[in-house]
Amino acid sequence: MEFVKPTIEYAELAPLLIVFGVAVVGVVVEAFAPRPLRRPIQLTLSSAGLVAAFAATVWIASGLDVVADGAARGLVAAGGTIIVDGPTVFLWGLVLLFAAGGLMLFAERRLEGGLSAFAGQAAALPGTEAERRASSEGLDHTEVYPLMMFAVGGMLLFPASGDLLTMFIALEVLSLPLYLLCGLARRRRLLSQEAAMKYFLLGAFSSAFFLYGVALTYGFAGSMQLERIAEAVRNDGGNSELLLIGIGMLSVGLLFKVGAAPFHAWTPDVYQGAPTAVTAFMAACTKIAAFGALLRLFHVAFGANRWDWQPMLWAVAILTMLVGAVLAVAQRDVKRMLAYSSIAHTGFLLTGVLGVQATSDLAVGEITSLQAVLFYLATYGFAMVAAFGIVTLVRDAGGEATSFERWAGLGRRSPLVAGAFALLLLSMAGIPLTAGFVGKWAVFTVAMSAGAWPVVAVAIAASAIAIFFYVRQIRLMFFTEPQGEVASVVTPSLFTSSVIAVGVVGTLALGIVPGPVLDLAAHAGQFLR
Amino acid sequence: MSDPVPFIALSAVLFTIGAVGVLVRRNAIVVFMCVELMLNACNLALVTFAKQHGNLDGQVAAFFVMVVAAAEVVVGLAIIMTIFRTRRSASVDDASLLKY
Repeated sequence: MEFVKPTIEYAELAPLLIVFGVAVVGVVVEAFAPRPLRRPIQLTLSSAGLVAAFAATVWIASGLDVVADGAARGLVAAGGTIIVDGPTVFLWGLVLLFAAGGLMLFAERRLEGGLSAFAGQAAALPGTEAERRASSEGLDHTEVYPLMMFAVGGMLLFPASGDLLTMFIALEVLSLPLYLLCGLARRRRLLSQEAAMKYFLLGAFSSAFFLYGVALTYGFAGSMQLERIAEAVRNDGGNSELLLIGIGMLSVGLLFKVGAAPFHAWTPDVYQGAPTAVTAFMAACTKIAAFGALLRLFHVAFGANRWDWQPMLWAVAILTMLVGAVLAVAQRDVKRMLAYSSIAHTGFLLTGVLGVQATSDLAVGEITSLQAVLFYLATYGFAMVAAFGIVTLVRDAGGEATSFERWAGLGRRSPLVAGAFALLLLSMAGIPLTAGFVGKWAVFTVAMSAGAWPVVAVAIAASAIAIFFYVRQIRLMFFTEPQGEVASVVTPSLFTSSVIAVGVVGTLALGIVPGPVLDLAAHAGQFLR
Repeated sequence: MSDPVPFIALSAVLFTIGAVGVLVRRNAIVVFMCVELMLNACNLALVTFAKQHGNLDGQVAAFFVMVVAAAEVVVGLAIIMTIFRTRRSASVDDASLLKY
């Protein structure tokens, strides 16, 4: 057997290399830098890394070669394992943007009176002398920054992977640091640890399904490369059971990561238990990366037999929207409500994913499935990061106050914060003049044009149910008399306030002038095959 | 090797034992061992298919899976250990503060 040395396109892979490089340097800093210096060094490193990676992404995006008769732009890098094409760089940009927002929420220290939101010493047991000492000495887990950078690296690699093995590795690289980050909350540590364990056990379980799917698909196609799998699917040479079971198991892994029903059970628990900064980061970035991978897998590798998997996605999308919207109505906790709302959004995004059609079936200038999902991910990210950012501000003596009773009448005490939260909720509900409306319109249009009208009908019904609980929250903040003890808004440092400001401005801007970002998504073109 | 079917059948059986174990066992460590069993079942399938197709993709993948499994052990045991030290129990049923 002949081994060929692959050529590595360092320039085009620069964002990945920068992010992973910063993560590794961050680990070294943890080992050698004195404790007081660690936080400033880690913050400088991580923010510089994210900015540099974003700049490199923009530079790559502007210089991608046009291939395949203008339908796609990009190149196949690192011996076919990484594909840097239009959708990839768009998703890279989104992940890096929202990761920067997550980093700023991580860095916030004013809310806890000079301490971060992460446990002073994770190894110190809750309620013991050691924990109190860690707190009073002002200890801080600065490991969260390298952990976050590793997760970001995995998220960049996930939607860019050109073969199933790379996809599996990226899945693990993004998940493992997140499991740990979930368990590191400073307050309510039992909840946080429980969230970490649930996320870890269920995540590992679903990765095993993904991996068995990889093995079966490899057994069918004889190759891990998406392009070669697509070829084998087109010239179907028997053994299609192997392929169908493989597709099913791969979907279990990916649908778990995006939080689609019936694999959504972890989402509310983990979103509630994890430190809110981590929730903001993972709600936005994990979903973007996982939808990127889902789109690439279904559109590139299994595009030829979409009649086999589209019915499955129909069912999952319908179930996800209904479960998310209906169960959100029953919630009494803001973080859990946002988690169920994010499940409903997964359903809307899946509605966009299943709207895939052959290019020849599309009218000129008609919005494609890929374009709609990319745009929706942008609107979703802005709203989620900013909304969880606001949740970190509403506090009482015990830390963050997330139960509904504490939020009653918040609009009278802090009209600005409550107003911003209301605007984000209206965007999630899809009210015109906000980003959410344009996003929903885009995904419903593509699903409609692909003939998935039953899914769109359910989506509209689910949107109506969703409006109920978003408006209920707004009513709670502005028109309900507070009973008993209530929470108040703590003034954050510039970190959190700028994240919230950018999220709100982004939500409004994408709602009023969606054109530029829609064009950007259209300019991304198709996946490189 | 002429017939891959017995090997694939064995891997499917191992995978199923692992999956059922995850669902019915209550100790977090045992649940985690069952996940590892599932990963090893995947390795067996990958190697069998690699032999059948006559290329190395599957065998290379099996090596990567071993590395991933090792990394997962580090993270997983750290999390389970912390929970055990806090609660004096590694049962997945006891960790039930977050629900509905």
